[in-house]
Amino acid sequence: MANVGWDEVNDAALLNPFENSMQDLVNTAQSDRDYSLFSSFSASTASWRVVKPIYNSDVCIHCQNCWVYCPDSAILSEEKKMQGIDYDHCKGCGICADVCPTNPKSLIMYEEATVEDSALASWPEKKKKEKKA
Amino acid sequence: MSKIIKNLKQFSTANERLEGAHLLCPGCAHSIIVRELVNCTDHNLVIANATGCMEVCTAVYPYTAWDTSWIHIGFENAATSAGAIAETYKVLERKGRLNKNAENTKVLAIGGDGATYDIGFQFLSGAVERGHDFTYVCLDNEVYANTGGQRSSSTPVGASTTTTPAGSQSIGNKTTKKDMIGIMAAHGAPYVAQVAPNKWKDMIMKFQKALEINGPTFVNAMSACTTEWRFPSHQTITVSDLATDSLAFPLYEIENGVYTINYRPKNIVPIKDYLAIQGRFKHLFKPGNEHIIEEWQKRVDKKWVQLQKMEEMTNS
Ligand code: SF4
Ligand code: SF4
Repeated sequence: MANVGWDEVNDAALLNPFENSMQDLVNTAQSDRDYSLFSSFSASTASWRVVKPIYNSDVCIHCQNCWVYCPDSAILSEEKKMQGIDYDHCKGCGICADVCPTNPKSLIMYEEATVEDSALASWPEKKKKEKKA
Repeated sequence: MSKIIKNLKQFSTANERLEGAHLLCPGCAHSIIVRELVNCTDHNLVIANATGCMEVCTAVYPYTAWDTSWIHIGFENAATSAGAIAETYKVLERKGRLNKNAENTKVLAIGGDGATYDIGFQFLSGAVERGHDFTYVCLDNEVYANTGGQRSSSTPVGASTTTTPAGSQSIGNKTTKKDMIGIMAAHGAPYVAQVAPNKWKDMIMKFQKALEINGPTFVNAMSACTTEWRFPSHQTITVSDLATDSLAFPLYEIENGVYTINYRPKNIVPIKDYLAIQGRFKHLFKPGNEHIIEEWQKRVDKKWVQLQKMEEMTNS
């Protein structure tokens, strides 16, 4: 059915995001799901990005702020631990870096072409709190 | 079953039910809100989605971003569809024909402010009046963002939209925002509330409540729109913080007529700070337009006093 155009489908289009019937969705991790080609999980929006978040696990406190506020389900989190970024689905909006509370930040936005290791090697130092005037 | 979610770490163990690679703009608050909605409960969900950004961007053939049952019919009839689905489940259950796997199901309708405040208003009103057991969530970005940024009856005064552009002879939209929460409460709906994406804990508490309560429930979700409100995509949560802290979007709920204010900002920020961060209000800061901001501040102050009085009155 993947090769049938929308105007060739009768009445309505029925898209099943999974290859087989899904019985216990809420207890099945994404990695254990049998996604079909109809699920947008199988697609990518990586080409939308101009900037990308780079994650530094040394500073991260696993607060999960980035997980809850990412609009694109692109923060990988497992057993209460931040695992990194799903670059297939991240659009580079920068919200995760904005809401990250650590000092220095554990997520920083870089040009898309930046090499991760070089960014991590020159990660900013802890900023001193500005004294209130 | 509603999950008991005590903190964010625990919430983050939820298995995702809204997939990425939908086509909403980078930084869109719609999918932040909907992710929290579909991930805050273990219920099976059946969702009727009105035409709008959320619908058009999550179901572009041949892809769907939804892992739940989901249907799109028209701009106007999400509430009617949801009502019909809820009744179907009831009848099947009564006749003993409901599939075992479907027993733990909640029915939702989702619409933007165009679908909710304008086009689907009559249908929503009817479905709520008939008392179907469903939850309606309005993703309120105060504009028809999907079709190019035309005003809706949710657009606030002074906002520049494509049908109410600001200019030398125009301050932008001339009318004030429709009080949809008041209107839904007046229907006698058992639960009506307002939420914002930056206050995730308040939001999932209200979503869970709305789903759990029997009968029609309505949640208005402020949804900052980077494209039409004109702010950079990384500022969605900052703008939402200003919206709740300036009381442009007060967070409250009305349960069986009883008002509860859920968030009292420690430091209430002036409304002009909320307006200044958005391109759609830029012209209000030009000389001659000061009165619009002053009047807005007065309206917000008055509404806040009113809400507190309603809370006092209905709780005594
Ligand atoms: S917001 Fe920052 S500190 Fe919190 S989990 Fe994400 S990366 Fe780690
Ligand atoms: S940049 Fe935006 S889309 Fe990418 S991971 Fe961060 S919040 Fe998600």
